[in-house]
Amino acid sequence: MTAQGRIVWVSGPAVRADGMSDAKMYETVSVGNSKLVGEVIRLTGDVAFIQVYESTSGLKPGEPVVGTGNPLSVLLGPGIIGQLYDGIQRPLKELSKASGSFIGRGITTTPVDMVKKYHFVPTASNGDEVLPGNVIGTVQETDLIEHSIMVPPNHPGGKISNLVSEGDYNLETELATVEKDGQNVPLKMYHRWPVRKPRPYLKRYDATVPLLTGQRVIDTFFPIAKGGTGSIPGAFGTGKTVTLHQIAKWADSQVVVYIGCGERGNEMTEVLVEFPHLKDPRSGKPLMDRTVLVANTSNMPVAAREASIYTGVTIAEYYRDMGKDVVLVADSTSRWAEALREMSGRLEEMPAEEGYPSYLASRLAEFYERAGRVRAAGSPDRDGSVTLIGAVSPSGGDFTEPVTTHTMRFIKTFWALDAKLAYSRHYPSINWMNSYSGYLGDIAKWWGENISEDWFSIRNEAYGILQREDTLKEIVKLLGPDALPDEEKLILEIARMVKIGLLQQNSFDDVDTYCSPEKQFKLLKLVVDFYKLGQQSLKEGTPLASIRELPVVTSLLKARMDIKDDEMPKLDKLENDMKEQFKNISGVKVTN
Amino acid sequence: MTTKGGVQYSKIAEIKGPLVVVDDVDNAAFDELVEIETTEGERRLGKVLEVGNGKAIVQVFEGTTGLSISGTSAKFVGKVMEMPVSKEVLGRVFDGLGRPKDGLPDPIADKFIDINGEPMNPEQREYPKDFIQTGVSVIDGLITLVRGQKLPIFSGSGMSHNLLAAQIARQASVVGTNDDFAVVFAAIGVQYSEAEYFRRSLEESGALKRSVLFLNTADDPAIERIITPRVALTVAEYLAFELGMHVLVILTDMTNYAEALREISAAREEVPGRKGYPGYLYTDLSTLYERAGKLNGRKGSVTQIPILSMPSDDITHPIPDLTGYITEGQIVVGRDLFRQGVYPPINILMSLSRLMKDGIGEGSTREDHAEVANQVYDAYSRAQEVRALAGIVGKAGLTEIDLKYMDVGDVFEKEFLTQATDENRTIEETLAILWKIVSKLPKNEITKIKDKYVDQYYQGE
Repeated sequence: MTAQGRIVWVSGPAVRADGMSDAKMYETVSVGNSKLVGEVIRLTGDVAFIQVYESTSGLKPGEPVVGTGNPLSVLLGPGIIGQLYDGIQRPLKELSKASGSFIGRGITTTPVDMVKKYHFVPTASNGDEVLPGNVIGTVQETDLIEHSIMVPPNHPGGKISNLVSEGDYNLETELATVEKDGQNVPLKMYHRWPVRKPRPYLKRYDATVPLLTGQRVIDTFFPIAKGGTGSIPGAFGTGKTVTLHQIAKWADSQVVVYIGCGERGNEMTEVLVEFPHLKDPRSGKPLMDRTVLVANTSNMPVAAREASIYTGVTIAEYYRDMGKDVVLVADSTSRWAEALREMSGRLEEMPAEEGYPSYLASRLAEFYERAGRVRAAGSPDRDGSVTLIGAVSPSGGDFTEPVTTHTMRFIKTFWALDAKLAYSRHYPSINWMNSYSGYLGDIAKWWGENISEDWFSIRNEAYGILQREDTLKEIVKLLGPDALPDEEKLILEIARMVKIGLLQQNSFDDVDTYCSPEKQFKLLKLVVDFYKLGQQSLKEGTPLASIRELPVVTSLLKARMDIKDDEMPKLDKLENDMKEQFKNISGVKVTN
Repeated sequence: MTTKGGVQYSKIAEIKGPLVVVDDVDNAAFDELVEIETTEGERRLGKVLEVGNGKAIVQVFEGTTGLSISGTSAKFVGKVMEMPVSKEVLGRVFDGLGRPKDGLPDPIADKFIDINGEPMNPEQREYPKDFIQTGVSVIDGLITLVRGQKLPIFSGSGMSHNLLAAQIARQASVVGTNDDFAVVFAAIGVQYSEAEYFRRSLEESGALKRSVLFLNTADDPAIERIITPRVALTVAEYLAFELGMHVLVILTDMTNYAEALREISAAREEVPGRKGYPGYLYTDLSTLYERAGKLNGRKGSVTQIPILSMPSDDITHPIPDLTGYITEGQIVVGRDLFRQGVYPPINILMSLSRLMKDGIGEGSTREDHAEVANQVYDAYSRAQEVRALAGIVGKAGLTEIDLKYMDVGDVFEKEFLTQATDENRTIEETLAILWKIVSKLPKNEITKIKDKYVDQYYQGE
C-alpha cells in the first residue's frame, strides 16, 4: 500500500504533507502536480516531512503526494561509465533533450540506455548453485571496463536455469532464472540498490598499496592507500579543484567517480570537455572510458546535493564488487554539510556548532567508512577497493570550523592547502608542515619492493630538510640570513630545491602534470645526493656561493618539466654532471 | 509586470520587518508574486516565502512602512515574478524591480521571463575560453578575463573599484570583432553618485545605447535589492542567449545584497550561520553567480563582474569568502597600493583568474604568456619577501640577488600595474612589459619559463 497524501505546507525545498501514515522513512515520493522527486525525512502522526530534489517554485498546498514504496535507489548495470548524472542519477544529457539548455522539473528518465545491446559472455552454467555476489557473466562496457554481471546482494540466490548463450542482449533481457524453494527469480544485467545502505562484502583488508596519483607531494610525501580516506581542505583559490582534477586524471585506479557537489557548473563542463581527449597514462585509452560524473552544481536544488554523495559512493561500491580499484572524489563535502544544515533548519531541529545539525559528525563517519579494500562477496574471488577523497571548503579558510574538524577524525590522509603558498604561486599549495598521512608506514613496503629499498629513508631525509628549514626560517626572519653558518644556509638552499624541484608541480604543463614513481624517486634522490655532496664540499672548504652557482642547480629545478617519464637516462646523466661539477669545485680554497 | 487577475485576501495576521503574514489563504503557491494594497490604494510587490496551514508569509520588496493590519490586502497573482523583455530594453534605465525609471513607457514585451531563471545544465554549457582584452595590463596579463566568466572585484570602502569596472566596461566593449556587445549594470544599494558615474561613463564612451541600467540606490527600499540582480541577470540572459549578444554584467555592491538577505532571514527567525548571515547564503549567491556562462549552440555569453566591498577589508568575511568559492577567481583591490596612489591598485598575489589558463596561449594571446606570467608572479612574491627582510636587516644586509628582486617589485608597480584610466594597452604591449620585468633577473633565476622562450624574449644581459 503506497501512501497518498496532500501538501499542507511549502517552504523552499521542504514540504509537509498529511494523509501519509503509510509512508516509510527515506521512501521516495512524487510531489505535486508536476511530479517532483522527494524523499521522506521525518514522520509525525500522518504528516510526512519531505525534502524535494527539484525547485518547488509554484507548488501549492492541496496538491497530491504519492509514495513509491521504494527508498532512494540507483540503477546499477552497464552504461554508467562515461555518464554525467545529477544528484539522483538522472543523466543530464537526457534532461537536456527534455528541457533544453536549462534544467526543467518533473522529468523522468532512465539512468542508462535500457535498449542498448551489450555482448554477454556467460561464465556460469545451467545447474550452478549461485549465491548473492556471484558473477554469472561479463560484458565489455567500455574499452577499459569489463563489467561483471553479478547476482544482486539482495537476491536470494539458488539454482541457475535458462542461462542465455553468448550473444548481444539489452538490459531488460532475462539472462537466467534462479530457482530457490520453488520460486523463480529472473536475473537481468541490472539491479537497483538503495543509496543510503552500504553494499555488503566478505571481508576487509588493511590498506597497504599506494594509490599512485603522479603528484609528487602526494605520492612521495603524503601518500594515500588504495581503499583509504583523504581530505583536502582549503580556502578558495588554493587549488582544491585542480588537485582533485589531477587525482581523477592520473590515479592508477580502474574507475573514477567524480562528484561535483554544490560546486561550479563550468568545472563539470571542463571535465566533460577535457577527459574524452586525455589518455590514461597506463592504457592509452580516453579517461572518460573509466569515469562517472555526478553533478549537482551550487545553483541546482539543495536537497539533491545531499543525495549526490550517496549516489556516487553506491556506484563506486558496485564497481568495487567487480574487483576493481575505484577512486571517489567529492568536491565539496562542505556543500553537502550545508545542505544538511539547511534541511535541519527547516525541520526546526536544535542546532549544534555554527548551525550544523548534531548528527553532522556521524553522517561524515558513515560516509568515510564506506571506503576500504575488500574481498567481494560471492565467487570467483575478487578484491577491489574504494578510495574516498573529499574536499572541504572551510569558511574563511579556518580549519577549526566544524566540517573540517569532524572530517579530520575520520580520515587518514590530510592535505592542508595553504593560502599563503597559493598567493606565492606555489602549487599544489599543500602545506608540508600541516599535512599528514597515516598510510606512510603501511605503503613504504610497496615502494621498497617496487621502486627502491632506499625510498623510505631518502624520503624521510628530504622531509627532515623541510622541517629544519621551517625552524631556521624563524631565525632568518628575526636576524637575517647572515646570522646562519654556511651549513645551515645550505639547508635553506636545499629546501628551496625540494620546494621548487619536487613539491611544486605544474598541472598545466604537458610533462610535469604526471610524474611516474620512478621519476619521483630519482628526482628525490638527486636532491638528497646534492645535499650530501654539498655538505662534503663545505667541509673541504668550498664557499657556499660556488655550490649555489653550480649550473646543475638550474637543471635540477627544471628537470621536472624538461625530462619526460620515458627519458630516465637523462636523469642519470644529470647525476653524473652533478658529481663532475662538485669534483671540479672541491678543493678550491677561499683566498682572502 | 502585469498583475491582472489573482485572488484577493484581506486578513493580515502579522506585520514584522519586511514580512507580512496573511491568514485564511487557501490557494497560494510557494514563490508566487503578491500585490499588497493599502487603503490609500498604494500598491507594493512581494513574494511568498512560505505557505501552508492557511497562512502565507509574504516578503514585501518595498518595505512595510505605513502598512496596517486592518487597512491592507494582499492579492496573489497566480504566477512567479516575471520581467518583460525585448530588444527595446537596450538604452533604458529601470528601478530595482525592473520598472522604467527614465520617464519613458514600459518597453513592449517580446516575452515575460521568470526572474529566478533556471539552472544551466552543466552538460549544455560551453567551456569559456575566449580572451577578452580589457586594455588593463594587470588583468590581461595576469588575471585574464574570458567570455562567460564570473570574476568579482573584492574591494573596500572608498577605493577605486568603480573606476576600474567602468574602464573595463568601456574598453572591453570597443575592442574586438563585430559581435554584438551589451552592458547590463545593476546598482544595488550604492550611492547615487556612484550609479551616476557609471551612467555618465557609459554615455561618454557611446556605450549607453547598448546598455541596460537597473538602479536601486542607497535611499531605495532595502528588500528590493533581493530582486535587482535577478531582473538584471534575466535581461542579460535574454540578450545573450535569445539575441546572441556578448553581455557584460556589472553588479555593485553585492555586500548590500547579502545584507538585505540577512534582514529577511532575521525577520523569519531562522538559525543564523556566520556573522548572522543565513546558512543558505552560499546557495543563494550561487543562484546569481552561476547565471554567467556560455551555452552550446548559442552565440552569446554572459560575463559577470560583481563588485563587493569587504567589511574592514577582511577577505575571510562571509560575503567575499562565499563569493570566492563560487566565482572563477577574484580581483583583489589592495589598500596599501591604493594609499600609495597606484591605479589600478590590484594585489596580484591575492588575485586569480581560474579560467586564464584556457583563455591565453597560442592562438589567443601568445604561446609564452602562461610561463612569463608565472615567473612574474613568482618574482613579485619574492620581491615582497625581500622588502619584508629589508625592513629588518636594512638594505645593506641584502644580497645582490635580493636587490634585483627589489628592483623587480618597483618596476612591476610603476610600469606594469600603474596605468591611466583612459589608457588602453594591447596585449602585445602588456606582454612586453612582463618580459621587461623578467629581464631584470639573471637567467639562472628563471625557473618557470622554457629555454626557447627565454632565448626569444629575454632582454637581460
